[in-house]
Amino acid sequence: MKNVEEIEKNTNPNVRTPNPNNPKKDPTMLTKKKRIKPKEVFQKVLTYSILIFVTILMVGPFLWLLSTSLKSADANIFQYPPKLIPENPTFKYYGEVMEYFPFARYLLNSTIVAVLTVGFNMLFCSLAAYPLARMNFRGKNLVFILIISTMMIPFQLLMIPIYILALNLGLQNTYMGLVLPHATTAFGIFIMRQAFLTIPYTLDESARMDGANTFQIWWRILMPLVKPSLVTMAIFTFMMAWGDFLWPLIITNDQSMYTLPLGVQALQGSFAGNWRTIAAGSIISIIPIITVFAILQRQFISGAMKGAVKG
Amino acid sequence: MNRLKFTPYLFLLPGCIILGAFIFYPMLQAIWLSLTDYNMVQQNPNFVGFDNYVRLFQDDLFWKVLGQTILYLVIVVPGLVFLPIFLAILVNQQIKGISFFRSAYYLPVVTSMVVVGIAWKWMYAEQGILNYVLDIMGVIDEPVHWLTQTSTAIFAVMVVTVWKGMGYYMVIYLAGLQAIPDDLYEAARIDGASKWRQIIHITIPLLMPSIMIVSIMSSIAAMKVFEEIYVMTGGGPLNSSSTLVFYIYEQAFDNLEMGYASAAGVILFLITLIFSIINITFMNKKEEAMKG
Repeated sequence: MKNVEEIEKNTNPNVRTPNPNNPKKDPTMLTKKKRIKPKEVFQKVLTYSILIFVTILMVGPFLWLLSTSLKSADANIFQYPPKLIPENPTFKYYGEVMEYFPFARYLLNSTIVAVLTVGFNMLFCSLAAYPLARMNFRGKNLVFILIISTMMIPFQLLMIPIYILALNLGLQNTYMGLVLPHATTAFGIFIMRQAFLTIPYTLDESARMDGANTFQIWWRILMPLVKPSLVTMAIFTFMMAWGDFLWPLIITNDQSMYTLPLGVQALQGSFAGNWRTIAAGSIISIIPIITVFAILQRQFISGAMKGAVKG
Repeated sequence: MNRLKFTPYLFLLPGCIILGAFIFYPMLQAIWLSLTDYNMVQQNPNFVGFDNYVRLFQDDLFWKVLGQTILYLVIVVPGLVFLPIFLAILVNQQIKGISFFRSAYYLPVVTSMVVVGIAWKWMYAEQGILNYVLDIMGVIDEPVHWLTQTSTAIFAVMVVTVWKGMGYYMVIYLAGLQAIPDDLYEAARIDGASKWRQIIHITIPLLMPSIMIVSIMSSIAAMKVFEEIYVMTGGGPLNSSSTLVFYIYEQAFDNLEMGYASAAGVILFLITLIFSIINITFMNKKEEAMKG
């Protein structure tokens, strides 16, 4: 990810790049050396204090949940003042929740739904974006406007007819039922179209002279060149599919087809009041996504940034 | 060259079938349903004209949830527009460990709303951390039942919406901040402008396009708020934290009033359409400005 490096290098407006050829003329060089240290130290301490304070605000609720899940039965979880570090930490409730909570099944369902949604989007969006970016045909503008206009229609209006349609097609409690309504997004088509627009046309022409057909040009020449945009789109789609709650809530009523968020919600219902168990189940359910995020955090954040710039 | 005539359409076909089947067709169907009394039970729904809309406008609960949705928007949007600017400025510094902080602030974005809702329900518990902290600070005398009393429930959920969404908009601002040329700050510093003045006079004005985008995105998102309410309060107590989408969900999937719920859905569509039109007008202006 060369881009991220660049972004990080350019991140700070405070970093000055002194002119190496003429150090004496650069005023920053002189002042920097003479600056009194304590002020700098104070500023650093202040900056990190703010950063850490905000971190506590953003991560604290999860840590509190983790702490609760580890507290033993004799520890009072309603203790005043609350204790962050459990005295006799126990994994008992993790065992208990695993017994009643088919975590592996929910994880499998979530993974299948997310992978299929991402795969369909990568394929269908880049297929549809290609002619919109690089061909002339009748109705091109109309098609593009229609596709973009779908972004304005809230899913919360469509969910009722889609539910009826899915019932009629026998898609209730199926992976296809979970995936198909989000298998193509206007956002994905838009991002891919932007990517295809930036590639010079001479590439297509020379490939065509070598005897490649349109499909081959798309697959062999263009697709490898738009990989960064494909990754951006894949990350966006993955986050949407993985975190989706409303549609799975509507289209599944069979527990074995629940995705992780629905499973945790069901847990909340069946263990009402048993906070240690609910906390343990919640923590288990976020381990996969936190692991993925920890490994791919740079891609997640730079992908979101690029998506923001383009969208 | 004959093949060129239909190739574009072949490429468009799969995507357009999905969009047609799951957006355009349901869109027309939703409008049609809103004019019928369909309730999942009868074979053929009866056409009832605008009866559903008339019923909506006479329903006190509809006006209540609509009012609460607007309240949600009015309070949550400024939070989601301004707080992330400061987060973005904070993590846009070139110091050690900054990518850790960036990720930490983004963590709520990648976590599912169900878990976030549960974590905050626990924070809001009668003997939870929030009551404890406010107690030692002397803000409250006795524990507040944040999620179970009508005066606080919806505001408690709003806090969670802002908390979970901040990281997402922070990243959008981060992209905007990095597009601001360094020499502007350089010039300001030579003129002796303080950090705070630099933010007010350089950062904020040049971040205006991002601020506009975030305002519209967060407004549309606030109009559609559902999950946090479903998970944390179930719309209660006494519908005091219910919003438009929660109302639509209840009407459609608890009461099976598909026709009536669709009418409420059409109202939601019309309101979000206003924001979308503002968005398009703004984008066109931006494009023209960039061309000019």
